[in-house]
Amino acid sequence: MSDHDYRPKSKVGQWFNDRLPLLTLANHLTDYPTPKNLNYWWTFGGILTFCLITQIVTGLTLAMHYIAHADMAFESVEHIMRDVNYGWLIRYIHANGASMFFLAVYIHIFRSLFYGSYKSPREIIWILGIIIYLLMMAAAFMGYVLPWGQMSFWGATVITNLFSAIPLVGEGIVTWLWGGYSVDNPTLTRFFTLHYLIPFLILGLVVLHIWALHVPGNNNPVGIDIKKPSKDTVPFHPYIVIKDGFALLMFMIVFAFFVFYAPNILGHADNYIEANPMVTPAHIVPEWYLLPFYAILRSVPDKLLGVVAMLSAILILAVLPWLDTSKIRSAVFRPLYKQFYWILVADVLILGYVGAMPAEGLYLLIARVATAYYFLHFLVILPVLGFKEKTLPVPLSITEPVLGGSPNLAAARNKESKIE
Amino acid sequence: MSEKKTKRRDFLFTATTAVGAVGAAAVVWPMIDQMNPDASVKALASTEVDVSSLTPGNTLTVLWRGKPVFIRRRTQEEIDEARSVKMEDLIHPEKDEDRAKNPEWLVMLGVCTHLGCVPLNDKGDYNGWFCPCHGSHYDTSGRIRKGPAPWNMEVPKYEFVDANTIKIG
Repeated sequence: MSDHDYRPKSKVGQWFNDRLPLLTLANHLTDYPTPKNLNYWWTFGGILTFCLITQIVTGLTLAMHYIAHADMAFESVEHIMRDVNYGWLIRYIHANGASMFFLAVYIHIFRSLFYGSYKSPREIIWILGIIIYLLMMAAAFMGYVLPWGQMSFWGATVITNLFSAIPLVGEGIVTWLWGGYSVDNPTLTRFFTLHYLIPFLILGLVVLHIWALHVPGNNNPVGIDIKKPSKDTVPFHPYIVIKDGFALLMFMIVFAFFVFYAPNILGHADNYIEANPMVTPAHIVPEWYLLPFYAILRSVPDKLLGVVAMLSAILILAVLPWLDTSKIRSAVFRPLYKQFYWILVADVLILGYVGAMPAEGLYLLIARVATAYYFLHFLVILPVLGFKEKTLPVPLSITEPVLGGSPNLAAARNKESKIE
Repeated sequence: MSEKKTKRRDFLFTATTAVGAVGAAAVVWPMIDQMNPDASVKALASTEVDVSSLTPGNTLTVLWRGKPVFIRRRTQEEIDEARSVKMEDLIHPEKDEDRAKNPEWLVMLGVCTHLGCVPLNDKGDYNGWFCPCHGSHYDTSGRIRKGPAPWNMEVPKYEFVDANTIKIG
């Protein structure tokens, strides 16, 4: 990278940059060498940044009208929907924005799983990402509690009660979390505070996530180390900026569809009934993005073990760089891993589906098999696969397969002669 | 001589760190403890309930400390069923005699001991309660028989003030 050589052209720029090197940083970000073969699965980092900013801006405006009190929260949300100018729009963007955020983060995570982006030397980027993901779940859960509807109240009750599974101190922790003997006003006000705080923690972690990314540079679909800058790279601006921008536009079409045509389809009708501590809704389900973990929780017939299984399912991701023993990053060159990858995708989707269904009969059986497979994938298949799998030959550079000198030399030459 | 100086320094470091740690803990504890139930929450200790309108086979649900309390006037069949269960069949063994001093009246927190939902009346495989959230079955004494809940529904402190009034808490 040529950061150190950078010198602003203007005298004022030089004067400022010598005192605070912001222009050096800006130059680093525009010139940042990026692999030239990045596909559209790599545009979700930018999309996620957009999602975070959207949530912060709409959240700040909603907070100007929302009242965090058990007697007034539900009404104040209706007030936002009916009375506040464009309140309906801002709230629908915020509520659906949470879903869009998770949609994008799941694509982002599964892209990393496919192309092995979590492997050395990118473990810290990956772990920071998992922490961001955990904070996102906490923020989303607490945000869902704020409208103080039936799903808010009972969702909060069930999730906080997870802590009561801890031996000895569990009940004390739950009372401490609630600030009382049940979910009530003290719970609501502290959830509002934390819901306000967490996005800014995420913002700070995103800065670290990108910083850690800019040390080794991006992984790429071929999954090989490349020289930077070189024939294999293009500067971030304008190439990646344009590509990210186009993908963001496509993403915003999907976002706008939900906001304007189906704003409540991802929510639950019961949350338009005000919280009632006397009646639990017949069928409690979390938001769609938490369903796979909910299915894992319910598939274990023991309280403590169920909670442990659910938490492990998330935390196991943090040690993934050490569970996957294969030196080859990209699934493109791992024929067996590629198949197991798609089985895992199907497994998580199945878990999500049964998580939304009642925990009985066939659904429970499927949930148990899918839960077992989830752990099998990470704890057995991945470690063993690294030793057993016959991987395909990996090119030495991104340009090599095209220019010759690779195992696919003949094919590359054929292609060239055809072009001539 | 240099050795002696080092020892003095070590003592100062240790002493400073110790005082600093105690000071930090003294500041952190109020920050943590402020989240525990406050005086106004603790003050809502007891509730009196008029149960004169309750007929056998029916349940009254009242709110106590933000939580529902089930007051069930049981039929003779339900009492017999609850009292004939063998202790070894129970997940959390408790005698019905200990849970309902007056066999006709069962008073307990209507909170599933799994994750805190309110179980439904007259439902489930044991003719007692069924929790719709994660499928726990309770018998006619409110004892857990099947499902993920670890304990029986809790019996709070309560007493009959007179024939028709129960004081909970």
